[in-house]
Amino acid sequence: MAFVDEYPDAAKVVRANFGVAFIALAIGGLFGLIQALHRTGVFRGLINSTDYYTVLTGHGVLLALVFTTFFIAGLFTWGVTNSLERSLPNPRLTWAWFLTMLVGSGLAAIAIIGGFFPELPLSADVLFTFYPPLQASPVFYIGAALLIVGSWIAGFDWFRTFWAWRKDNPDERIPLQTFMVLTTMIMWYVSTVGVAIEVVVFLIPWSLGLISEVDPLLTRTLFWYFGHPVVYFWLMPAYFIWYTILPKLAGGRLVSDALARIVFVLFVILSTPVGFHHQYLDPGIPEGFKFIAMTNTMFLLLPSLLTAFTVVASMEHGARQRGGTGYLSWLWNLPWDNPAFAGSALAGIMFAAGGFSGMINAGMNINYLIHNTLWVPGHFHLTVGTAAALTFMAVSYWLVPQITGKRLQHRNLAIVQPYVWFVGMTLMSNAMHRAGLAGVPRRTAEPEYNVVDATFPEVLGGMGEMQIQIALGGTLLFLGLGLFLVVMTGTWLAERGRGTLSVNSHLPAALSGPEHSPRVLDNLRLWTAIAIVLILIAYGPPIASMIGDGVLNPGSPGFPV
Amino acid sequence: MDIHRFEKLWIAIALLLIIGFISTVAYGSLGPGVKMIDNSGGTIDAEEVQSGSSGTGFDDPGVTKTGPNEYEVYVKAQQFQFIPGTSQPIEVPAGSTVTFYVTASDVTHGFNIAGTNVNTMVIPGQVAELTVNFEEPGSYGIVCNEYCGGGHHTMEGRLEVVPQSEYNSTEGV
Repeated sequence: MAFVDEYPDAAKVVRANFGVAFIALAIGGLFGLIQALHRTGVFRGLINSTDYYTVLTGHGVLLALVFTTFFIAGLFTWGVTNSLERSLPNPRLTWAWFLTMLVGSGLAAIAIIGGFFPELPLSADVLFTFYPPLQASPVFYIGAALLIVGSWIAGFDWFRTFWAWRKDNPDERIPLQTFMVLTTMIMWYVSTVGVAIEVVVFLIPWSLGLISEVDPLLTRTLFWYFGHPVVYFWLMPAYFIWYTILPKLAGGRLVSDALARIVFVLFVILSTPVGFHHQYLDPGIPEGFKFIAMTNTMFLLLPSLLTAFTVVASMEHGARQRGGTGYLSWLWNLPWDNPAFAGSALAGIMFAAGGFSGMINAGMNINYLIHNTLWVPGHFHLTVGTAAALTFMAVSYWLVPQITGKRLQHRNLAIVQPYVWFVGMTLMSNAMHRAGLAGVPRRTAEPEYNVVDATFPEVLGGMGEMQIQIALGGTLLFLGLGLFLVVMTGTWLAERGRGTLSVNSHLPAALSGPEHSPRVLDNLRLWTAIAIVLILIAYGPPIASMIGDGVLNPGSPGFPV
Repeated sequence: MDIHRFEKLWIAIALLLIIGFISTVAYGSLGPGVKMIDNSGGTIDAEEVQSGSSGTGFDDPGVTKTGPNEYEVYVKAQQFQFIPGTSQPIEVPAGSTVTFYVTASDVTHGFNIAGTNVNTMVIPGQVAELTVNFEEPGSYGIVCNEYCGGGHHTMEGRLEVVPQSEYNSTEGV
């Protein structure tokens, strides 16, 4: 029986969330194409260079915050329902969080779009990091806050479902998918505290004129307290897919339930006390605190390296079930013509590359060379832009039929889509990394300077070649996005009942199941407590010193954009 | 919990890699002495920087000689220029040790001598202090690498490292 028939209410919630996510993806992706063509100088006819920053803000907010959060909310609603085999307890609560997130996203989007119309009092050209003292309209901050609050209620909804299940199943292990949802949400609760304080305590009153100044260093520190864990909020759902769905798509089973749990526990513990690695080059923060954050960041590599092993081993197991042999020739036995598999696997390969450039970012002293250069977006287009985004698109080919009860349409387009994305991202990201090494900055509408000869010296292939790769890569990515949206729209609008679905939500048990994984892993209170202690060590002293001279000092008045 | 021996090996290699990375950073700071931007520049009132009444070098930013081959450069960043740097280049002699003090009078900026590791955030209320050795004469572009408003892409400057013999030693800019 299809998921939609078994849990029609949950399927509806998932559909609503995916629908919003895909609309945000379409608009944000279009903005991405405009940027790729504008900053490379290929086509600047559509917007002027000041509006570039409006487009850039829209791209970041719609993709990194709205698309991801709604997709994850849909995915987790499916995961909790599917693995606990019960519906969410209270539909009104469920729709309340969905609407809160929707209104918040809508407000933020309206404020951003207002930036195109100078005659309107709305604007939010502050990029998705919204560093004060650049000041957006209060509508933007209120919208962002509502999106986060909505996601908190969503997490509560999943926890409630789990608690209800626990009452009926006092001695059972937490099913793996639910375990992953709960640990992700614990990490999210702990880390969003930073941005919530930044926005609610400081930026909303400041943008409304209730307080005249804020401390730019304190507020950006609160942002980055959240700004790195948000990366794991995107990645952990991708891992959720790689651990629990990808092995099945590969034709096999997850190798080890215990290691999957360990990885998620490590993320709970280590995701937050690392934010200062985004502030290595910030004045006002003693070097020792940066060193602590660097050490924690490096240990955060461990769960990703463990994942690489387990996921590849699970794929190999699947390939061998399908008749694969040899040391490497089993790779040919994987279902590369199944778009859900191919997209997830290609995303995993790109994530490995992104992981390596991330190690460079994390290296405290080498960070001088690449901080705020194009290297950084080159890096995160491999992580959030592919590891998360391509995995989400890929799993949609498998999941959307199950939440609509309709067979996947335009299958041929779906089959090529992950490869188009992969090639486009290879071109774009490679060129961005190399341009960054030459010192080309990120976040600029026109990276050609009067001092350019002195500015960006010897680069292999020269600036021109990199610009072309970025423009071509960006165009291919947009094409890949278009293919995805055609497949999704076609499937969504197709008629029901044209044959039975070829996919289902049954997930095979791990080879080494939960009976072999220590029970202490399910002790969520323990891991939360350890996470909080590590955060107090990493953040207590620096925050104390920043607020020692007054929470609003040294203060800056707002500079409305 | 049984862990396959290959996976045990993998975990060991992963931990070795992590410790290796941390060691290289520790070596970088203890050996070659790569110093991170930190709180040594202290705090400042951004509005006083704006009005030129901070009582610091930012009230008359520019290059000052502080010792044999040692110079201090105060740079004020504001939408959308470096003072000095944008309307006139910052000039220092080759073979000198230069300490930059950079702050912002309005919003957050970046200060990057492009293509080099001279790179810092410029945050209102904070003074970034960074010391650089310029061995050879050369001409460098300075770019603001943090978004600072609609004209961000026009914010640039120039740094000239001139031969000792050509340098006007009494005063920079």
